[in-house]
Amino acid sequence: MAERMQFEYNVDGGNFTRAGYASSEIKKILKKLNVDLAVIKRTVVASYEGEVNIVAHAYSGTIYVDIDTERIRIRLQDEGPGIPDIDKAMEEGFSTASSQVREMGFGAGMGLPNMKKNTDRMEITSEVGKGTTVEIEIVLK
Amino acid sequence: MKVTDIVKALDLKVFSGEGGLDRDVSGGYVSDLLSDVMGNADTGQVWLTLQTHKNVMAIASLKDLAAVILVGGHKPDENTAMQSNEEDIPVLGTNLPAFDICGKLYELIYNT
Ligand SMILES: Nc1ncnc2c1ncn2[C@@H]1O[C@H](COP(=O)(O)OP(=O)(O)O)[C@@H](O)[C@H]1O
Ligand SMILES: [Mg+2]
Repeated sequence: MAERMQFEYNVDGGNFTRAGYASSEIKKILKKLNVDLAVIKRTVVASYEGEVNIVAHAYSGTIYVDIDTERIRIRLQDEGPGIPDIDKAMEEGFSTASSQVREMGFGAGMGLPNMKKNTDRMEITSEVGKGTTVEIEIVLK
Repeated sequence: MKVTDIVKALDLKVFSGEGGLDRDVSGGYVSDLLSDVMGNADTGQVWLTLQTHKNVMAIASLKDLAAVILVGGHKPDENTAMQSNEEDIPVLGTNLPAFDICGKLYELIYNT
């Protein structure tokens, strides 16, 4: 593969019909690059949860993907309400999702824990009233 | 075992995604929580749920699931069926509640 590849995808807050589109594009790229199947599976879980969080919790966002021979880095950056207590948000089962969103089966409070479990590094920075950035990294073996 | 074998044995309705009826089935997963399926379902499984909206297909596709079975007489939304056709991942249906269809499916996959 080329030494380094970069892609970006826009994500609209509130638009559940398109949720998963960026993650599906990322999956296609990783498949084309013949990335190990187990790595693709983990990446897809993490990117989907991050994408859905922008849709469910923020106003708009961008997913930046950066792949080189060593690792996959994904930065999910949004404009939104931000996360007041990141440790709390990381707890399994914690969710502020609306009842409407929960009825669809989202809002189980498993998204951030799923991202953590499936990545080798994850970092959240957030400013209340401005937005959130989640950076994840998966090491290619 | 193929999806088509399950359709025949359990008398399931095929709503959409006929092109995927020859997919191999590795097992099943039951949940209505999307993050639970995302985190815990595995490639080739059949997913039993009462969720009918399009995000079900996004997950089925991302996870490479073999098929989706809507339980309790639920029907797919129109855009769910459309994506199922595009992805060749069948959406199936039964009037049985989740417990009953799970029992039958388990028996079929593991004991026949
Ligand atoms: N991008 C984001 N912007 C604002 N809040 C977020 C964002 N991502 C997560 N959160 C907060 O963290 C909580 C937990 O997130 P998560 O584990 O994905 O569960 P869920 O999305 O099911 O609520 C959310 O309910 C929300 O309060
Ligand atoms: Mg979430």
